[in-house]
Amino acid sequence: MNESNDLSMLEVVERYIRGEMGSEERVHFENLRKTNGEIDQLVVEHTLFLQQLGRFGDRQEFQASLSEVHAELSGNGAIHADHLAGKAKVIYMWNRYKRVTAIAASIAVIVAVSTSSLFNRIVPAANEHKLQELTAVVDKVKEDADIIKVKQDNIEKKITGDVAASPTKPDIIAHFKGTGFLIDGKGLMITNAHVVKQSKNIFVQNNKGQNFKAIVLQLDVTRDVAIIKIDDENFRSPGVLPYGISRNTSPIAESIFTLGFPRSEIVYGEGYLSARTGYNGDTLSCQISVDANPGNSGGPVFNTNGEVIGILSSKEEATEGAVFAVQSKYIYQAVDQLRKNAIYDKVKLSSRSLISGMDKVQQVKKLEDYIYMVKADYYKPESK
Amino acid sequence: MKEENNEKLLLQGLARNDKKAVETIYRLNYSMVQSLIINNNGSADDAKDIFQEAMIVLYEKARSGTFELNCLIKTYVYSVARRLWLKKLQQASRFGGDISVAENTVPVEEDVEDHHRRDSEFGMMEKAMDGLGEPCRSLLEAFYLKKQNMQEIASAFGYTNAENAKTQKYKCLVRLKKVFFTHYKNGTGNE
Repeated sequence: MNESNDLSMLEVVERYIRGEMGSEERVHFENLRKTNGEIDQLVVEHTLFLQQLGRFGDRQEFQASLSEVHAELSGNGAIHADHLAGKAKVIYMWNRYKRVTAIAASIAVIVAVSTSSLFNRIVPAANEHKLQELTAVVDKVKEDADIIKVKQDNIEKKITGDVAASPTKPDIIAHFKGTGFLIDGKGLMITNAHVVKQSKNIFVQNNKGQNFKAIVLQLDVTRDVAIIKIDDENFRSPGVLPYGISRNTSPIAESIFTLGFPRSEIVYGEGYLSARTGYNGDTLSCQISVDANPGNSGGPVFNTNGEVIGILSSKEEATEGAVFAVQSKYIYQAVDQLRKNAIYDKVKLSSRSLISGMDKVQQVKKLEDYIYMVKADYYKPESK
Repeated sequence: MKEENNEKLLLQGLARNDKKAVETIYRLNYSMVQSLIINNNGSADDAKDIFQEAMIVLYEKARSGTFELNCLIKTYVYSVARRLWLKKLQQASRFGGDISVAENTVPVEEDVEDHHRRDSEFGMMEKAMDGLGEPCRSLLEAFYLKKQNMQEIASAFGYTNAENAKTQKYKCLVRLKKVFFTHYKNGTGNE
């Protein structure tokens, strides 16, 4: 009842504003307006609103004709939009980014200096408490079990004969265990710096249980990225990498999956990218939601196209499901650093994935051979 | 003298959204604005956006009725584009300084401020429209924006008669107003 009254009132007001009333009705309405403040208010408000609506419509129309004219004029060559090619483009890109680059570089320096001093002075205790690096620190019992497992594996291999005659035996006591993945066909691998930074001897083990000796080429503790290289005559390249490494920061809510070695067999995990920054707004990393356990550290984080978007690194102890990954663009930076060494100046990463569009089972099947368990000992320089 | 008349006609045409006038102004000024943007850290896409925004400022100005052209259209468009781009650069904090000036400029700060205020109001209207859902949105657009009559609308939307369509239209309008004024009051209250 009330609503239909309101509606008919609105109709009357609108007819008045649009000048659709007869003269008699108009006089009558104007008298009503003078005596009734509420109606007067409604007239004022509705006039404003209709004006706004009309201008909104005109604006939309005008924008439409702008787009139309733009398309026409650039189509017939009267204006040269979108035709910046070659040198001109490079120049404007440079013009556009040179300041940004300078600013970014100076900010990076300031941040690096200030955060490193902060971390040294205040944060360590609190930080270690809350953020858990996902390296498996092997305890005594498991350590023995691990050695036994490795021995068993070797025996099995001898029996089945699917491994080269004398597979390298890991003659170390694995203290840290993590995950690593190949970034080229020749045995270069990425893992977390915290997995290997305290070690002298490193072995990597593939999904078939074969062990290979590896060496650390480069450590970046700040970004928690390490490049290691399989340095073992028994290593045979599994072929061209099926996955690319993404240069970009991925969008929030993108589906992701992980592969890693929280136990002696490869384990698949599925989740999504939950934030573009990591722990406490750390811009080097991003936050993902996935199940991760000690041993997952250093493992690749893939998007659905099969591109590596990050390196799984740590999780927040107090919060369920908050796992952090180093953004994949820092893999490129690490490799750029490595290339300064003449031996590695030909190393090239690919951002193209060969498995995009495949279903997940197929993707994982292709990926398995390129992901390794990283086992590292604990080296105390002062004890020997 | 002749040029002055020409310019006046162009502006009148622009105010009516006359295709010919829009095209002429567009053709005569685009490259100038494009080089301004590209020489000052912008891309071709930025140039298009800024130029079209400057065109909108000119359009709003031309149809306000109070617009007295005391400079060439070219000078005005250039000044507005420069001002808009400067603001954008500062917002993106890519940049703190001034940008080079290749043409004459006139002060347009106020016009650009007006434009941004109007833009945010249109933004509220757009949001309110988007929030309405169908058929309300199309119904209101047909009547208030495309200015179709109720008879046409009733048959296009499948109402049995114009009276039913009208009732529905008013119901939608009440909802739109409510949402718009909520945004409007919040928007101005916060500033």
